[in-house]
Amino acid sequence: MSVKVLTANRLTDGEAVWLGANGDWLDHIDGALVARHAEAVAALEEAGKAAIKSNLVIDVNVIDVEERGTNLYPLRLRERIRQLGPTIRLDLGKQAEKTSANAA
Amino acid sequence: MYRYDEFDHAFVSARVEQFKDQVERRLAGELTEEQFRPLRLMNGVYLQLHAYMLRVAIPYGTLSGRQMHKLAHIARRYDRGYGHFTTRQNIQYNWPALSDMPAVLDELASVEMHALQTSGNCIRNVTADHFAGAAADEAADPRPYAEILRQWSSMHPEFSYLPRKFKIAVTGADRDRAAIQVHDIGLHLKKNEAGELGFAVYIGGGQGRTPMVAKKIRDFLPIEDLLTYTTAIVRVYNLNGRRDNKYKARIKILVHETGTEEITRQVETEWQAIKDTDLKMPQQDVDAIDNYFRMPNLPQRPEGWSQLAAARKADASFARWVDQNVTPHKNPDYGVVTISLKPIGGIPGDATDAQMDLVADIAEKFSNDEIRVSHEQNLVLPHVAIADLRIVYDLLLTDGLATANAGLITDIIACPGLDYCALANARSIPVAQRISERFGKPERQADIGELKIKISGCINACGHHHVGHIGILGVEKKGEELYQISLGGSGDEICTIGDITGRGFSSEEIVDAVETIVDRYLLVRTDKEENFLATYRRLGAAPFKDALYNETANAA
Repeated sequence: MSVKVLTANRLTDGEAVWLGANGDWLDHIDGALVARHAEAVAALEEAGKAAIKSNLVIDVNVIDVEERGTNLYPLRLRERIRQLGPTIRLDLGKQAEKTSANAA
Repeated sequence: MYRYDEFDHAFVSARVEQFKDQVERRLAGELTEEQFRPLRLMNGVYLQLHAYMLRVAIPYGTLSGRQMHKLAHIARRYDRGYGHFTTRQNIQYNWPALSDMPAVLDELASVEMHALQTSGNCIRNVTADHFAGAAADEAADPRPYAEILRQWSSMHPEFSYLPRKFKIAVTGADRDRAAIQVHDIGLHLKKNEAGELGFAVYIGGGQGRTPMVAKKIRDFLPIEDLLTYTTAIVRVYNLNGRRDNKYKARIKILVHETGTEEITRQVETEWQAIKDTDLKMPQQDVDAIDNYFRMPNLPQRPEGWSQLAAARKADASFARWVDQNVTPHKNPDYGVVTISLKPIGGIPGDATDAQMDLVADIAEKFSNDEIRVSHEQNLVLPHVAIADLRIVYDLLLTDGLATANAGLITDIIACPGLDYCALANARSIPVAQRISERFGKPERQADIGELKIKISGCINACGHHHVGHIGILGVEKKGEELYQISLGGSGDEICTIGDITGRGFSSEEIVDAVETIVDRYLLVRTDKEENFLATYRRLGAAPFKDALYNETANAA
C-alpha cells in the first residue's frame, strides 16, 4: 500500500533530506515519518510549510512510498534517484556513503 | 583571446560582491527562497535532485589554459572532482554548496570568468562555431561579433526581463557547426560579392516542446548594423512576445503566430527608427575587438607532413584518430583537434579535474593556449601543428581522452537527464552509455560513418534530440521511462526537425531499436558514401518504420 513521506532539499548544500519521526531532517529516507491517512498527510504538509519558514529546507514535497519490510521504497524513479544518487555514478550521492559505511 | 578591460573587471567583481551579500542574507533568513530564487538564477545557481548546480559561462566556447586550470581547481575543491560540459558551451558543477558559491564566483572572476547570463529570461551566453578562427572553411571569425553581442547584452536594462530566455548563435562558415537555425537569433557571418562582411539573419528557431527551424529575415546585414538590427528584433519580441503562457513565450511562437513577412516588417520598421543611433558600430570599435581574436602567429612547421605519414603508417589507432578527430586549419601546417569527451561507455561531456588540467597543459604547450568547448560536448584544441599531433595524441591517451569518434555514432549528445536534473522525466546518460557500448568497436563505427545521436530526458530538449539524425526523447509513462525516437533531424545548414517514428520504446528496448534502425540503414544505403541522413532524406521514414514496427511481418 502506498503511504507518504515528506522530502526536501537542505538550504545550505541542497542535499536531499526527509522529515524524520523526531522532527529532524534526515540524510536518508530510513526513519522518515510515514503518513498513512489524510490527517497525517495534512500534518506533513504543515510541517513542510513550517520548515520553509524556519529556513532549513527548500523545494518541499510530499511523495508516495511503499513500505517493503522495514524499508521505504519511493514509487517514482525520480525519488529513488534522489534517495540514492545518480544511477551512472555509484560512487556519488547517498548510495556511496552507504557503501562506504557498510564497508567500514 | 578577449581580455577583460577595467570596466569588465569592475562589473564582474561588483556582481560577485552583490551575490555574496545575497547568499549571506539568504542563509541568515533575511531573504525567503521566493525572493532569492531569481537572484541565484541570475548568477547561474540552480537546484537539482541531489544538490545545487552551478552553470559557468564560457562565452562562445573559448577559454585559455589558465581558465581551464581554474575550472579543474573548482571541480576539485568545491565539487566532486569533475564537471559536465554542456550543449550550450558551458560547464556545470553538480554538487557545490550554496555557502561556497561566492568563493567559487570569486575564483572564476580571478580568471575573467563568471556565471552570468546562464539562466533567467535574459539574452543568454552567446554561442559560436567551436572551430571559429581556425577552420579552413570559414569566411571570417565570428567570435568578435559574439563578444560585441556579449558586451551589449550583459545587464541590458531593456532586455533583462524578456518574456522568456533568448539565445543567439553565430557562425562564420557556410557549414553550420553552431546550429544557428535552432536559436532565437542565428547569425551567419559571410562575405558579399564585393568582399564585404555581413550577416544573414535568422530568427525564431528553437527546440523544446515546439521545435521550429528559424526563418531568414535578412540575407545580408552590414556589420555596422549588427547591434541596431539585433536591438530591433529583441525589442519587437519584448513588446509582443507572450507573457501569459510560459510555453508560448519564446520568439519562435511570436514569429510563427505573426508570420515571417509581418514580423520582418515590424523589425524593419523598428530598425529604421534606430539604425543611425549610437549603437551603429564604428569600424574602429569593431577593429578593437577584432584585434583580440587575430590568428596567432603560428610558425611554419612543414616537417609535420612527413612525420605524420610515418606515424600513421606505424600506428593504426593513431591514424584513425587523425582521420576522425583532426580537421583542416587555415594554416596547412596545422590542424584543429577535437578531444572527444565520449569514451566508449562513458558519460557524454563529463571531464575529471585531472583531465581538465591535462587539456590545459596541452593547450598551453601545443595549441597557442587556446581551448574550445563545442555544443557537441567535446573540447577542441584549435591550433595544433601537424608535427605535434603524435605527441598531443600520446598525452591525451594517458587519461582516456583520445577516443577516435568525432561525428560518429558513439559521439552522442546527452543532457544530464533524470540522474541529476529536476526537470527531467527520464534518464539520458545510461541510454547514451549503452548505445556507445553496443556500437563501440572502431570498425563498426567506421562502417556506419557519420551519424549523430542526440538524447534528451525531457521535452525541453537540452540534448538537442529534435536535430539528431537519430533523436531520442525520454518521457515518463505510467511511472516507467519510455523513449520516443525521431529520425532525420539536423542542426547544420540544411536544418530539419526529426520525424517521430511512432510508439516509444522501454528502457530495455531502446538500444535494440537504435540498432534496428542502423542495420536497416546499412541495408538500404546506396553505398558507404551515402551517410545516414542522406539515406533518410532519399527514402523517408518508411523503411525505418517498417524495420521498427513490422518485425513480425518481416520475420514471416
